[in-house]
Amino acid sequence: MIIDKPNTKQEVLEAVVVRFAGDSGDGMQLTGTQFSDTSAMFGNDVATFPNYPAEIRAPQGSLYGVSGFQVHIGSIEISTPGDNVDLLVAMNPAGLKTNLHAVKPGHTIIVDTDAFNKKNLEKAQYESNPLEDGSLENYRVIEVTMTSLTKEALKDVEGLDNKSILRSKNMFALGMVYWMYDRSTDYTIDFFNKKFKSKPQIIEANTKVLNAGYYFAETIELIPNAYTIAPAKMSPGTYRIIMGNTATAWGFLAAAEKTGLELFLGSYPITPASDILHELAKHKHFGVKTLQAEDEIAGITSAIGASFAGDLAITTTSGPGLALKGEALGLAMMIELPLVVVNVQRGGPSTGLPTKTEQSDLLQAMYGRNGESPVIVIAASTPGNCFNFAYEAAKLTLEHMTPVVLLSDGYIANGSAPWKIQTVDAMPDIKPNIIKQATENWHPYDRDEDTLARNWAIPGTPGLEHRVGGLEKDRVTGNVSYAPENHEYMTKIRAEKIKRVQNYIPDLTTEFADTGEVLVVGWGGTYGSLHSAVKQMHEEGYSNIGFAHFNYINPMPKNTEDVLSKFKKIIVCELNSGQFVKILKANFSGFDISQYNKIQGLPFGNNELIQKFKQLL
Amino acid sequence: MDTTAVKEYTFKDFASDQEVRWCPGCDDYVILRAMQKALPEMGVKKENVVFISGIGCSSRFPYYMDTYGMHSIHGRAPAIATGAKLANSNLSVWVITGDGDSMAIGGNHFIHVLRRNVDLNVVLFNNEIYGLTKGQFSPTSLVGQKTKSSPYGNTQPPFSAGELAIGAQARFLARIGGNTPKEMSLMFIDAEKFKGTSLIEILQNCPIFNDGCYSKYTDKAVREDKQLFVEHGKPMIFGKERDKGLILNGLKLEVVTIGENGITQEDLLVHNAKEQDPTLHQMLVRLKYPLITGIIRSYDDVTLEERKNEQTEMVKANSPFIKTDDLFFSGETYEIK
Ligand SMILES: Cc1ncc(C[n+]2csc(CCOP(=O)(O)OP(=O)(O)O)c2C)c(N)n1
Ligand code: SF4
Ligand SMILES: [Mg+2]
Repeated sequence: MIIDKPNTKQEVLEAVVVRFAGDSGDGMQLTGTQFSDTSAMFGNDVATFPNYPAEIRAPQGSLYGVSGFQVHIGSIEISTPGDNVDLLVAMNPAGLKTNLHAVKPGHTIIVDTDAFNKKNLEKAQYESNPLEDGSLENYRVIEVTMTSLTKEALKDVEGLDNKSILRSKNMFALGMVYWMYDRSTDYTIDFFNKKFKSKPQIIEANTKVLNAGYYFAETIELIPNAYTIAPAKMSPGTYRIIMGNTATAWGFLAAAEKTGLELFLGSYPITPASDILHELAKHKHFGVKTLQAEDEIAGITSAIGASFAGDLAITTTSGPGLALKGEALGLAMMIELPLVVVNVQRGGPSTGLPTKTEQSDLLQAMYGRNGESPVIVIAASTPGNCFNFAYEAAKLTLEHMTPVVLLSDGYIANGSAPWKIQTVDAMPDIKPNIIKQATENWHPYDRDEDTLARNWAIPGTPGLEHRVGGLEKDRVTGNVSYAPENHEYMTKIRAEKIKRVQNYIPDLTTEFADTGEVLVVGWGGTYGSLHSAVKQMHEEGYSNIGFAHFNYINPMPKNTEDVLSKFKKIIVCELNSGQFVKILKANFSGFDISQYNKIQGLPFGNNELIQKFKQLL
Repeated sequence: MDTTAVKEYTFKDFASDQEVRWCPGCDDYVILRAMQKALPEMGVKKENVVFISGIGCSSRFPYYMDTYGMHSIHGRAPAIATGAKLANSNLSVWVITGDGDSMAIGGNHFIHVLRRNVDLNVVLFNNEIYGLTKGQFSPTSLVGQKTKSSPYGNTQPPFSAGELAIGAQARFLARIGGNTPKEMSLMFIDAEKFKGTSLIEILQNCPIFNDGCYSKYTDKAVREDKQLFVEHGKPMIFGKERDKGLILNGLKLEVVTIGENGITQEDLLVHNAKEQDPTLHQMLVRLKYPLITGIIRSYDDVTLEERKNEQTEMVKANSPFIKTDDLFFSGETYEIK
């Protein structure tokens, strides 16, 4: 069937959003990753968003078993994986049904017609075949008998079972998409050669199918358009594509190397934080010690023990795990030891939406402990800057001798983007507050005058033997003390210590406008969505709207009030029902602050934000 | 390894300036003194000694030791100690815990530290009661025991610490009465020398909330008749007259009297603490008459640190990465000009 008039003229586009959707077994994550990596190598800016089911092996063909991977590539700056899809590749009816809503009307859908059989249509709860009932009239549908063509391409490869044959049909789709966007297949073929080194038939099969898809798209002229996307203008340097969780892990590696301390991670597996544990477990060559503990409590307490004994200690988790770590985090705060707790937020409450993103642990990170136990709270905002904020978390905890909670979320943790590689030499110095020699009249809670950080005497150091503990301690000697005024004094000093971190963090900056009508405020992983929405508004001529994004939450940057006062209205956008806005309102009064919230386990869309912002102007 | 010379210490070197605040007559005083006396004999440097406790009367212990120490949170000391030992394997790490601390709230960490066989020592103050919270039953309290939270008698059957520990693969297991400081000191020294997790269960009397809970075994007048203090390589013999002993009859341990029914000392079981198979150790732990004290099990095995170090060395030897930059620039990178 001819869908549209063939037109071989190449169209030049600024950016394009492609989504691959199919069964969890269809290899959509791999397909998407290959497409984004290839595009990045080509020089495009990219952002990706995987969306996969919580079930490891969801029933084949079912709606909830659909796995998706969205890639946004461009010759312009790309800060989100994109809202609306220019090209959807649907490997089966369920993939079509669950993703159709995202496709821009008039845009393209590639389907594997072989998968649109009665059984699969039923599983996807289609009453009639959407390819036949006219319901896709508004789209440009490219029907391909992908399964048959894959089988055909592999008929001469020996020793392949049916399963392996079917499994490679995603490469047919990828080949087609490569041709459409004028991408070379080299990188992916290279990838096969490395990945399946010991399985030559698999290399051969995948390469054949990939090429078959590529040539199919080229020769039989079913593809209405081919597009090119020019390389993006990015600052010169060496890049790699990095996922947020990997960047987080690497930030700690860099901090450990910079300080000469050994890195210790105590952790218990939990989605979406486990990849940090997986990554660090690989790096024993740098002396990294990982302990997969018996639970989250042992994860954090083993880290506290390691910190007491002189390691750069961290623990990684997600929402429910942070809840379990609360008491121990209070201990670390009380005994004033360095410790970083990474919380990769997911949809809550309780088990919630483990594979979806949300920003709903902010108040837990701020206040989720008994007693008054302030800690430093910072948040990464892009996959790449997870590296910088992990490094910063290590720096702050070591220099200020108080735990740091680093917030990330499923969206940036699993998302990937180009990362300009940073060398350890170029990273800022870290000066841990270690005391190596006994001085006269020394006490474990002697403090640095400026930061109020206590000094860190590490077991093994002669003459500095001392005890720490969760009981309140005398302000001078550090011995247990129940004295009323002493407790009040110590409570205040622990709070003041956090407040003084303000003197060591950068000012809050505004983007697009320094003063004006509306200030869009966000924090953490929503940076890309908010940034691109405000940017688009400026492109449309709304010059009255500015954007301020928080990475430092406790304490907030010193100039926060100043920044807020430059705008008439402030709108705080969060993927929760309004947590940061509470903190902001509690700290700063007299501002016209409203909020925009989304609690669907999904990132903000561009259009919804722009619509909201326009209402305020 | 730290190989520089160790100073000569006396017990005073290990006593902190803090006033000890347990109730008068509490066995905890005995344990504290036994530890302070044992430490100078261990050949470890004071600055390398770390005491980590949870919460409970017993867990105040680190405050009274002039070493590095941490009084942490309820039940978690084994996990904290594991982290400390992995951070610095030169340290001599001691966990101080109570029966509630280790087997109720901290049960998970207690079994896992034993399973992993980290080279550290766990001193369990078992008074079969919650002391600090003023007298509720604990996981080792007896059925029927009247306590503040079981005014009509406890309905929950107890754990035996030793059985639980063997189930969790404890390699070193010792038990000692809270009123025998000399033997206790020696036991601490043996525990420190042992490579792997050592568990020392102390039958600790709490004169305030559970007075006399062990007196039928530990009172001076009955001690020799009711306890069998096992020693590796020695026959299992007990009694004031040294005339009683243990033999294995089928699948059961049996008390026999030397000189009766043709039994001689040769017929008695000889204690083998180093045996890998814990079956007999388990039977000994369970026995109520005589109550077995001494080092019941001391089986040498690979420690967690050894496994981890070996793996690290292997990875290091085969890795192309020396610096993190090597990693960052490895694999798929590309240039933007
Ligand atoms: C999280 C938590 N729950 C409860 C308590 C209260 N608490 C303190 S000690 C203790 C029991 C201690 O019993 P045990 O471990 O046998 O020690 P002992 O006092 O008998 O030496 C309890 C329930 C606490 N401190 N923390
Ligand atoms: S309550 Fe019991 S265990 Fe606690 S100090 Fe007093 S006597 Fe010792
Ligand atoms: Mg007790």
